[in-house]
Amino acid sequence: MITMEHVYKSYRVAKRNAGMKEACKALLRRETQTVQALSDISFAIADGEMVGYIGPNGAGKSSTIKILSGILTPDSGSCLIDGRVPWKDRREHVRQIGVVFGQRSQLWWDVPVLDSFELLKDIYSISQYDYQHNLEELTQLLHLQELLKIPVRQLSLGQRMRCELAASLLHSPRVLFLDEPTIGLDAVSKLAVREFIQRLNAAHKTTVILTTHDMQDIEALTKRIILIGKGRVLLDGTLEDMCLLAGKPQSEESRFGTKKHESMAFRQNADKTEAEDDTASENDLDRIVASLYQKLEIL
Amino acid sequence: MNTLYKNISLYFHYISIVLRSVMQYKTSFFLTVAGRFLVSFNGILGVYFIFARFHQVRNYGLGEVFLCYAVIQMDFALAECFAGGFLRFPGMIRRGEFDRILLRPCSAVLQILGSQFEISRIGLIIQAVLMFGYGMAVSPIAWTPGRVAAVVLMLLGGTLLFSAVFMLEAAVSFFTLEGLEAANILTYGAQEHGKYPIDIYGGRMMKICTYMIPYTLIQYYPLQYLLGRTQRWYYGLYPLGVVLFLTVCVGVWRLGMHNYQSAGS
Amino acid sequence: MKANGNSLRKYFSFFRMRFQMGLQYRAAAAGGCVTQFLWGIMECLAFRAFYEADESAFPMAFSSVVAYVWLREAFFALFTTWNTDNELFDSVINGNIAYELCRPLSVYRMWFARTAGNRLANAALRCVPILFAAFLLPEPFRMTLPVNVQSMLLFIITMFLGAGVTVAFCMFVYLLAFFTISPQGLRMVFTAMVQFLSGAIIPLSFMPDSVRRVLELLPFAGMFNVPLRIYSGDLVGAKMLRAIGMQIFWLVLLTACGKLLCRAAERRIVVQGG
Repeated sequence: MITMEHVYKSYRVAKRNAGMKEACKALLRRETQTVQALSDISFAIADGEMVGYIGPNGAGKSSTIKILSGILTPDSGSCLIDGRVPWKDRREHVRQIGVVFGQRSQLWWDVPVLDSFELLKDIYSISQYDYQHNLEELTQLLHLQELLKIPVRQLSLGQRMRCELAASLLHSPRVLFLDEPTIGLDAVSKLAVREFIQRLNAAHKTTVILTTHDMQDIEALTKRIILIGKGRVLLDGTLEDMCLLAGKPQSEESRFGTKKHESMAFRQNADKTEAEDDTASENDLDRIVASLYQKLEIL
Repeated sequence: MNTLYKNISLYFHYISIVLRSVMQYKTSFFLTVAGRFLVSFNGILGVYFIFARFHQVRNYGLGEVFLCYAVIQMDFALAECFAGGFLRFPGMIRRGEFDRILLRPCSAVLQILGSQFEISRIGLIIQAVLMFGYGMAVSPIAWTPGRVAAVVLMLLGGTLLFSAVFMLEAAVSFFTLEGLEAANILTYGAQEHGKYPIDIYGGRMMKICTYMIPYTLIQYYPLQYLLGRTQRWYYGLYPLGVVLFLTVCVGVWRLGMHNYQSAGS
Repeated sequence: MKANGNSLRKYFSFFRMRFQMGLQYRAAAAGGCVTQFLWGIMECLAFRAFYEADESAFPMAFSSVVAYVWLREAFFALFTTWNTDNELFDSVINGNIAYELCRPLSVYRMWFARTAGNRLANAALRCVPILFAAFLLPEPFRMTLPVNVQSMLLFIITMFLGAGVTVAFCMFVYLLAFFTISPQGLRMVFTAMVQFLSGAIIPLSFMPDSVRRVLELLPFAGMFNVPLRIYSGDLVGAKMLRAIGMQIFWLVLLTACGKLLCRAAERRIVVQGG
């Protein structure tokens, strides 16, 4: 069970302007400003739920993830995960969570993947039995057999992401945070990652919180979406709710709007492995999200 | 006791990964060893040339300066070897790697110490041993158990002191990533200028290096005892005072951790 | 002629960009000033101890040594081979250099302008506070003015020549990145060598005469040894003219060789396909 109530967080950042004159001026005086990253964020996530946490760049997604994972302390508000305050019982808390950052690696770059896993076993004090069991399961599900002996730096991005997922799950976390897990992956790897997350959730009831810009991830994985913008929760509902909130697309885009309904209906009835339809629905969803984000800008 | 054992074995596991990684880049490794060796060899050559001209300074001859220089160099090399992770810490913060450290259920300091093991400083250590041998041969020291113990304490205290300074520098980077260059004077500066006994720099510098950053505790005072220039045997125990300084540094570190978690990056 | 002016302007804009960037690092500059100033004090104190140990063995006037130390600290960023532009190494390793090769520009001139801009900005930021503080120090550590206007002018000219030699040498180190998988390791070996040969460990004048005579023939003596000694009047007359001649000779030779090496490096990239 994850609850966040009335969480606020702000940062101070330095202003920097362009030009020789400004560069000289900044020598003497540098202005700072306060940025409100999160204001009054509240939500609750039940065990075993998969939630998509989306919003435009700079909306406060990563601040939320950092607070939930105990890296960051909020200015005010409360947050409980399985009865623990993340930033207070950090070590106990992080034992129960797994985090994957799509843009960063947690593996040791120059040694074989298996060596990294062995070290993680020691870091999380995983018992030999559990380690062996989890490793076998993850190796099978993620098809890692051939990758384990290879140094991380020689892996392709898709291969590495599969290893990252395994590394975050060796200690059987109850909650998994995925920060853009499919960024930069090719179609095959994306599908593999999504399929794996689904299976994981089904088999272990792992709670998954997913931030992404790829609307297909959301479509494939999560029933529930939390949409944030400028540090506020704007929507907590389903994909359909989000489409409703986006409203009727603007007139020049109405052509795509009708197509949207077709493809959504299509999606519910038939499987959607055909590449063309996939691309179409991706475009549509992206348009919906884009028009939603544009609306947010005005708000 | 059990957790201590666990932490030690975890540390060794980290180090074994670091060493295996280093061995992936053998050319780079050997060039770094050679580079470091040359840098400090130049320093020794410099002292040698200076003494060819002046023969002594404040009654310290070449042999005595070499003893002092060797100990400082060894201290610094050992600190770089074991606590080098702190030197790379500002970069870790900048790249956001410290977040990953916080996501793991073990001590942040252990992970930082384990992230680096500068085996390439081995050249420096060998060089320091040779220099110490030369210094011992030219300066007449009457070796007693007490003096041997003083040398050991100088090495232990010195390594600890430099490590503490590295930690302090890393702790500052929790608050600001700018202007960290100034800390170089406390690390590389102390290594460079610590080759001469601190009293040659005058009384004011002696005070600064005792009460602000306690370099004299691991250099000047035990050196006096070692060279038989004082009747005060307890000068040999002064390196133990470094523990006090370390405590302060750990305090600043804790404060920095706290600040990082509340200010974000 | 006009085309030439245009192309030089391109490189000047690289220079200006790096210069502006350098100015932004205000806190780094402040940190650098503090380090450099304290370092200078330690050097002066050590020299005083040796001066007191044996005045007759001192190769120059004490005030000359003090001026030498302060100028070296003030213009450290201009002359040090420690601080290399790591972006340049990285661009070779990660292949970004391919973009630069696509531009209608000479890589050598571009990197030269960039490096010079960086160094001048860093030095410009740091020299004023350091020199200001050094002029306020009590005797005998106070910085002195140059002996006359002529030596001041010659100091400025030779300083630019020396900076040119330094940048030209750094270019060699950057270009080596094309030919080795471990540029940083090589950089360290080179830096260590230059440190000693240029007189950064101990000033060349303090070295034994036989060693010094050899070192004065090498390009490294022309980096900061020449301008700093001209300032304090330690280097005058025929010796000075010969030293300036050496500076010009090495500047021309190093840039010519650097350009050749750069051409070879570019060819290598093209052949290997980056």
